[in-house]
Amino acid sequence: MSRFAPGDAVRVRDSWPEAEGPVHIRTPHYLRGREGVVLRPLGQFPNPEDLAFGRPAPSIPLYHVRFAQDSIWPENQPGDEFLVEIYEHWLEAA
Amino acid sequence: MLPEDAPARAHHDMGGVSRFACEQVDKSHHEMTPFDRDVDALRQVLGGTGLFRTDELRRGIEGLPPDVYDRSSYYQRWLYSMVRMMLEKGVITEAELRARLSA
Amino acid sequence: MNLTEIPTDRLLAGFRGLLLEKGVVTEAALRQSDETMQAASPARGAEVVARAWTDEGFRARLLADGTRAVEEMGIFLIGAPPLGVVENDAALHHLIVCTLCSCYPRALLGYPPHWYKSAAFRARAVRDPRGLLREEWGTELPAGTRLRVVDSTADYRWMVLPRRPSGTEGWDAARLAGLIRDTDLIGVTIPTA
Repeated sequence: MSRFAPGDAVRVRDSWPEAEGPVHIRTPHYLRGREGVVLRPLGQFPNPEDLAFGRPAPSIPLYHVRFAQDSIWPENQPGDEFLVEIYEHWLEAA
Repeated sequence: MLPEDAPARAHHDMGGVSRFACEQVDKSHHEMTPFDRDVDALRQVLGGTGLFRTDELRRGIEGLPPDVYDRSSYYQRWLYSMVRMMLEKGVITEAELRARLSA
Repeated sequence: MNLTEIPTDRLLAGFRGLLLEKGVVTEAALRQSDETMQAASPARGAEVVARAWTDEGFRARLLADGTRAVEEMGIFLIGAPPLGVVENDAALHHLIVCTLCSCYPRALLGYPPHWYKSAAFRARAVRDPRGLLREEWGTELPAGTRLRVVDSTADYRWMVLPRRPSGTEGWDAARLAGLIRDTDLIGVTIPTA
C-alpha cells in the first residue's frame, strides 16, 4: 500500500548516507530536507539501494513529487517546478 | 540554506553545482565510436543475462574517484564499472583478466 | 588491480574476449543488441508524437502508459524501464534532465546525445534552467508558461510530448513528424511549423 496520495505535502528526509560509506541512492542532494507535494504515485519498484549491491530488494512505492524551484534556488523563477521520482522511504509527511 | 552548503554531495550528483554554472554545453554531435558501441552492447547483453543490473552499473560509476569520473568518457566509465562488477561477482577473476591483458 | 590505469581500448578488448571465451556473452547476442540500438532513433519518437497530435485516443493512452501505447505502433521496449510521457501545453512546459547520471528513453530514441550526458547540462538544468534554455538553445517560453524540470533519477524514462505548432491544421502525421527534433522530445527546444 502507498502511504501518500496525490496532493499530500511531503518532506524529503534530510539524510546524507553518502557521508557514511558506499551507497547508491536516487534522491538528488538538492532535494534533501525540502518540502514538496505528491503529484501521483508511479507504482512499486524494487529498492535500487539494495539492487545496486546485489541484495534482496523489496518493492517500494515510488512517487512523482513537485517542488517549487525558488524554494531551493531563490533566483529561479517563481511558479517554476521540479518534478522528481522519490521512493517512499525518503519521504515523510510535512 | 542553499544546496551547495549541504554536508555531503557525491561527485556524480551534479544538479545545480556552481562549478558548472558558467560552463557552456557542448551541443555538437558526437558520433558513437566502435568502442562506445561495443561497450554499450556488452552492457545490454550482460543486463539481459540477469548477471548485472543498471543499479550496479550506476554504483560502479558513482564509485569512481572524482578525477577519473571527470576525465573519462561516458562509455569509459561504463567499462570500468562493468569490469569491476564482473570481478566482484566472480564472473571473471583478476588472474584471468591479467592473463588476457598481457597476451 | 587498478582498472583505471589500463588503457581503455586494451581493457575492453581483454574484458570482451574473456566474456566471449567463457561463454558469458556471445558474438550473436552482441550483434543483436547493437542492431536493436541502431533501430531506435529520435525519428521514432517523432512518429509517436505526430500520432498523438492526430489521434486523441492514442494521446490519452500514451500519457497513461507510454510503453503500452507505443506497442500499438509496433515499438516494443523490451527489457527497458517504463516509458513515461509528459505533455506540454500553454500553461506548462517540461524539460527533462538526469542530474545523477543520464537516464534517457534510449529504447525509443536511441543513444542519448552527448550534451544530455554533460556535466554542464546536468548542473544547469536545475539551477537557472530558463537561462540554460535561452543561452544554449535560444528557447524562450511564451509569457505565462510555467517551467517544470523533470529530474529523471529513478525507474522511468521520460519523454516530452510537445505542443502541436500553430499553422499545421490539416497536416497528416508523416508531415508533422518531420517537424520534430530530438531536442523537442527533451524540451530544450519547441517545434515550429
